[in-house]
Amino acid sequence: MNNPHRLNPTSLKSRFTTRFLRALTKIRAQKPISSSSPTEIFRRYRRIKVAADKSMAYSVRSRRIWSRAMLCKLRSRSYRRQDPCSGRRSGKTNQAIMKKSSNENTTTRREDGVGFVEEADELRQLVPGGETMNLCNLLDETAHYIKCLTTQVQVMKKIADFYSF
Amino acid sequence: MSGRRSGSGVSSISDDQITHLVFKLQQLIPELCARRSHKASASKVLQETCDYIRNLHKEVEDLSDRLSQLLASIDTDNDQAAIVRSLLM
Repeated sequence: MNNPHRLNPTSLKSRFTTRFLRALTKIRAQKPISSSSPTEIFRRYRRIKVAADKSMAYSVRSRRIWSRAMLCKLRSRSYRRQDPCSGRRSGKTNQAIMKKSSNENTTTRREDGVGFVEEADELRQLVPGGETMNLCNLLDETAHYIKCLTTQVQVMKKIADFYSF
Repeated sequence: MSGRRSGSGVSSISDDQITHLVFKLQQLIPELCARRSHKASASKVLQETCDYIRNLHKEVEDLSDRLSQLLASIDTDNDQAAIVRSLLM
């Protein structure tokens, strides 16, 4: 039975909120927010956006193809920051993910009149890890990804509103 | 290719499965879920899904932008965090 007045500590929303607030605190502590130069603001914006995606991906962990793909991408970004030559390493990891998903049914291109191959490909560009998914996985992962995105938006909106006053 | 599904030992995806997944997706998209009883075409659902995801991405970007400007006033110590969490119920 869900008590509507209590936030479930294990819910996705709760996990995301905790992580994201923690990340915001870190970002705020990193540099004194005295300068409002466009560069500084842009840097902060990038960090916050990455923190939002990171918080979401870590809240889902490796339970989903899309979250695994996103975690991989986030990790390779931080590797590249430290060492520009480690791009190859991240390439191998991506291939490992691709092998994992494409061993399953490969009928992504159906010639028996299904007729939405283009739309599916477009969707594949939008969902993390989508290029490696067969149609069934793509639809399933998309549903979960959308739920997570709406949670992300909802929480960020509440935080922004709260601190706007 | 004669249009046969390449199984290689794995059962192929059935049309029903696809239809069901597409319908499930339809119910998540605000544009389409009003038509709960009427199944939109898969092509339309996927198209609307792409637009919806793009909108959500844009919203996240806008909110990140907003938060970056508010960051100076964000004081996320434990009390504040609790307050915000309570707002999210």
